[in-house]
Amino acid sequence: MGRQRRRDGRTLGQVGDREVAPAASGPAGAAGPRPAAEAPAPHLALAGIERRFGAVAALAGVDLAARPGEFLTLLGPSGSGKTTLLKVVAGFEPPDRGRIALAGRDITALAPAKRDIGMVFQHYALFPHMSAAANIGFPLAMRGQSRTAMREKVAAALALVGLSGYDDRLPRQLSGGQQQRVALARALVFGPALLLLDEPLGALDRKLRGQMQSEIKSLQRRLGITTLFVTHDQEEALALSDRIAVMNEGRIAQIGTPEDLYRRPATRFVAEFIGEANIFRGRAGVVSGDKVEVRLESGAAMRASLAPGDRTVHYGADLALVVRPERPRRLAPGETAENGVSGIVAEATYLGETIRYRVTLDGGSDFFLRWPADGATLAPGMRVTLGWGVVDMNAVLWG
Amino acid sequence: MSVLTRRLRAEAAPLVLGTLPLLFVFSFFLYPLLRLFITSFHGGDLSGYERALTDSLYAGVLLDTVRLALVVTAICFVLAYPVAYLLSNASRLWAAIGFGCLLLPFWTSVLVRTYAWMILLGRNGIVNRTLLDLGFITEPLPLLYNETGVVIGMVHVLLPYMVFPIYAVMLRIDRDLPAAASGLGASPWRVFTRIYFPLTLPGAYAGAVLVFVVALGFFITPALLGGGRVMTIGLLIEQQVRQFLDWPFAAALSALLLAAALLIQSAFHRALRGDSAWR
Repeated sequence: MGRQRRRDGRTLGQVGDREVAPAASGPAGAAGPRPAAEAPAPHLALAGIERRFGAVAALAGVDLAARPGEFLTLLGPSGSGKTTLLKVVAGFEPPDRGRIALAGRDITALAPAKRDIGMVFQHYALFPHMSAAANIGFPLAMRGQSRTAMREKVAAALALVGLSGYDDRLPRQLSGGQQQRVALARALVFGPALLLLDEPLGALDRKLRGQMQSEIKSLQRRLGITTLFVTHDQEEALALSDRIAVMNEGRIAQIGTPEDLYRRPATRFVAEFIGEANIFRGRAGVVSGDKVEVRLESGAAMRASLAPGDRTVHYGADLALVVRPERPRRLAPGETAENGVSGIVAEATYLGETIRYRVTLDGGSDFFLRWPADGATLAPGMRVTLGWGVVDMNAVLWG
Repeated sequence: MSVLTRRLRAEAAPLVLGTLPLLFVFSFFLYPLLRLFITSFHGGDLSGYERALTDSLYAGVLLDTVRLALVVTAICFVLAYPVAYLLSNASRLWAAIGFGCLLLPFWTSVLVRTYAWMILLGRNGIVNRTLLDLGFITEPLPLLYNETGVVIGMVHVLLPYMVFPIYAVMLRIDRDLPAAASGLGASPWRVFTRIYFPLTLPGAYAGAVLVFVVALGFFITPALLGGGRVMTIGLLIEQQVRQFLDWPFAAALSALLLAAALLIQSAFHRALRGDSAWR
């Protein structure tokens, strides 16, 4: 009973309060004293989640913690387990193993209806026989709220997503973007402890997608609601997230801020999946602190940075060297750099702010550059020598 | 010139293609129907209609028929809904088995099935014998040659007509919808009453119309399982033609039956439209 009342209190009516104290959403604050830790207590904590479908392990032991108010993205190719993980959190898919805690209580065995989680489905899953207002009012009706309270909150939620006056429209009378907003309002109106977004932008056209991205982001900031977002679109993930968990084959390959993932990928998969990457393969030579000297297959030597605290790389290890296409610069004759390659410009593609070059290296492989369009430019057929520093190149294990 | 002929050909093609079916429909359906109407006004009077609607005997039969059809429709719905639900959620194999069970009798002659029911439902039929032997009853239940028998037989024949439309609608329901509802706090019962059931109503309406209209004109099953003690408008028409050779009156009854079917069909249709404006 007490829980019920407290939950009902945390609704959109309190949008304003949340703005003042975004992190202090009720149950998280009420979770009680925690052992001293540098990070705030996780709002959502997944531990050892496993889920098999027959012989296939969709989730092979996932640990994940989201901080209060955080926008956390699960990014991965299709089949990486990100949607399964979202369903496990929502309660539509029982995990074979592992525990889920939300706002300090174990919800592993709870029915979806009792989890206090708002979800926006990939195709919105609006109830086609109900008006926009009835759709948004549904979670309130299920919580036994009075008609007057419902009317107020539904109106507030519609206003929040910029759809005031659309109360009586049926889903099929709304555009894709409007349906998306109704779905968002419906997922937020009851003040859930967690918001789940399952590729909600996939069905929208490009321009609308950009607009919805910034709206979702600002709404999430204003409400301070912890959000778990699933996407296979890396640009979307980079644009929206506080942190990104890159998933591959049922595991989290790396979790970090967008910048971390781009600048310091921990695995070759992450390097290739996020942004564009030039990758060289070679064997580790001297490992010194966070630097490593690498002998390439071609026989050339390169120097690269290791992730801080990386103890996996040792002498003779099979390594992938990652250099992002905007890092190399052109070397003048006689000029040297810590790392260098040379080749012939094969192709230049104008992309607006940047130009993308494909350079055929002397060994025959392709190397990509992405330089500002207003800086120095190259023409196809030119012979170039390119150089970059140790800090511009990361070494990770090949396997 | 050639352009003109080509255009003519293009315009004539649907006409040519459509002629045969149109001719067929007209000569085997519309024309006989027209003749039926003309016959029902035999001698330019409305006495046939007057008799059918004012004579309490015949009006009663008409009402009884409608009531019987409604009862059959309701029972079909109650039985078909769970069956359709199971089929739409079953694995491929079980769905195939279920459809086999449903379609096998569907492909068997109504006559054969009706006689089979006579064997099952009689005083010494399998049903009564089993119940007697098990001691559930001491007297054989009157299952044959009364309305109970007729209802059982008709439900058996008409059940697939109810299952298929409901099944088709259930298959099309987005599986995310019940999931979304439960995620928003709805108990399984409320997911069903607020989301799932309303979404299946169009199928239920379609099935109900089909079963009801067919049940209105049912002949063989009431004739055999009713044993002369259950009178429906179909039986009445047959009686008028065969025993009394009163073609005008039979035609008037047929026209009334048709009118009743159309009336109820349009009423259902209106209800369906009102209820599924979202489709």
